[in-house]
Amino acid sequence: MTQTMIEATEIAMALGEGAGRVDALKGINLSLAGGELTLLMGPSGSGKTTLLSVLGCMLSPTSGTVQIRGHSTTGLNAEQLAELRRDNVGFVFQSYHLFPTLTAAENVRLALDVRGERSPLARVKADKALATVGLSHKANAFPRALSGGEQQRVAVARAIVGDASVILADEPTAALDSENGQAVMTVLAEIAKDPARAMFIVTHDPRIMPFADRILRIEDGRIVSDQRRGANLRAVPTLKYAS
Amino acid sequence: MTLILTLASRNLFHDRVRLIATVVGIVFSIVLVTVQLGVFLSFERMVTTMIDHAQADFWIVPAETKSFEESSLLAGRERLQALSIDGVTAAIPVVVGYASWRKPNGGASTPVLVVGAPTTSAGLQPWNMVEGSVDDLSMPDGVAIDRSYFEQLGIAQIRGRAEINNQKARVVAVTNGIRSFTTTPHVFASLERARAYLGVPPNRANYYIVRIAPNANAAVVRSQLAASMSDSEVLTSEEFRHRTRVFWLFDTGAGAALLGSAILGIIVGTIIVAQTLYSSTKDHLKEFATLRAIGSSRMYILKVILAQALISAVVGFSIAAAIDLALVKMTSDAALPIVMTPELTVGLFGLTVMMCAIAAIAAIRVVTRIDPVLVFAQ
Repeated sequence: MTQTMIEATEIAMALGEGAGRVDALKGINLSLAGGELTLLMGPSGSGKTTLLSVLGCMLSPTSGTVQIRGHSTTGLNAEQLAELRRDNVGFVFQSYHLFPTLTAAENVRLALDVRGERSPLARVKADKALATVGLSHKANAFPRALSGGEQQRVAVARAIVGDASVILADEPTAALDSENGQAVMTVLAEIAKDPARAMFIVTHDPRIMPFADRILRIEDGRIVSDQRRGANLRAVPTLKYAS
Repeated sequence: MTLILTLASRNLFHDRVRLIATVVGIVFSIVLVTVQLGVFLSFERMVTTMIDHAQADFWIVPAETKSFEESSLLAGRERLQALSIDGVTAAIPVVVGYASWRKPNGGASTPVLVVGAPTTSAGLQPWNMVEGSVDDLSMPDGVAIDRSYFEQLGIAQIRGRAEINNQKARVVAVTNGIRSFTTTPHVFASLERARAYLGVPPNRANYYIVRIAPNANAAVVRSQLAASMSDSEVLTSEEFRHRTRVFWLFDTGAGAALLGSAILGIIVGTIIVAQTLYSSTKDHLKEFATLRAIGSSRMYILKVILAQALISAVVGFSIAAAIDLALVKMTSDAALPIVMTPELTVGLFGLTVMMCAIAAIAAIRVVTRIDPVLVFAQ
């Protein structure tokens, strides 16, 4: 029995005001379960990043509700949302967003440090997370000494070190070549097998579709298709990026 | 150990040009403030040096006396009035006044401040004698000057001769370190010689130093002294010091100018540090947005910014303190040396930290408004 990690109900998001108002999300209903790797695909401007921001408690929806492991985000202020992120959400960004002045191990440990975890156990956890992504040997390297793929794997380690129940990734392979993209996705797919975690990846990259358990397609602020692996995922006709 | 200090220090040292600009701003500011406050402290001490070295329980001074150097003459009856009060053991006359010192060999004249008091009673006598003695001042035409004024007064060595207000003077004693805060040297003489040089009639004086018996009630004696005087005041040494300081430091505007320059230094330093911290924060905005995205509280980010400010303060202050110590050493023999006390050092460090914390406000305003969604911008 898989556990629901995120439940989004009737999410609408309007950006801007007056004549410049854009309805970025229009009544999104979505549920992400533990142990599942979900891809969100769609054209530019379709609302992918906005949905990721709402699910990641960075933006509050104009209407609708988001629940993360049963905790509603409705009515929470910026600090409370940050606390919810800190305890439940791990992020992987397209351009890694590692701190150039911190080593790989310190970058990973930072996710624990902001939670107040500063004991020697935090170092052990960071080392373990780096081992999970296969970078134990690069623990003391600074980001500039790492390849793009390695930097992204450090970012993945940072996302998982706090045992987040939801990993949200924004175009994690977009800046990587085929080989490094494959390596990062292999790591993410392995992590996604953990039933205590849901993995949600926004992507344009059709090469990563084989890793998905589920593929959502969004257009003009609406989910227009929702396919699971059992339903011949590779042959979903609406997925224009499928190879 | 938290990564806050690590992140803050590496952010600072990562951009060395900006760090140098920050540190230069702090160093410039603190050195300027130290020089101004050091000179202020020095000035504050020097203007009261005569009062500090007098052995007085009370001073009888002409009414409305503003400073030790600027005084009119007392009527002369005050001495007997003081001595008639129970508990008063001595009322020692002191004569003070500006005179013209003519250098030997017909050189030009220079103004001096003549200070005269009895050589036989411990009221106000020259100190730090390096040649001759107080007793030598009772020799005919005997005066004492500080050796640092030899050149200015045209004296080559002890026993040198000159004229004060067209009367003979002979250097019979030499002091070390009794410097005036103005360009006017002090010349010590016996009471009689000083009266003669300054044209003060016998039995008249500018001040009386009052000494009381050890078992006397100082408050009662002072009250009786004040009641018996009409055109004069009775001051404690502390009151006389305060009055002299207020006159020289504030009535003349000299102290205000020093404090004004110090405040200017603080303002300039704060602006420089604020500007560099602000631009550093702007450059690291995406990193702070990332921190926010991974769930850090605002307080965590504020601590990073404040830690950067604190590290800048410590580095800047350390360099400034080293420069300050060198300046103190270089000016130790100057007319107005820069004074550095432990209290001033601690105060300056506190000031540096406060300056950097205030400078961090602009940067803090930026990060508290940061939107974590910024991490998605390419």
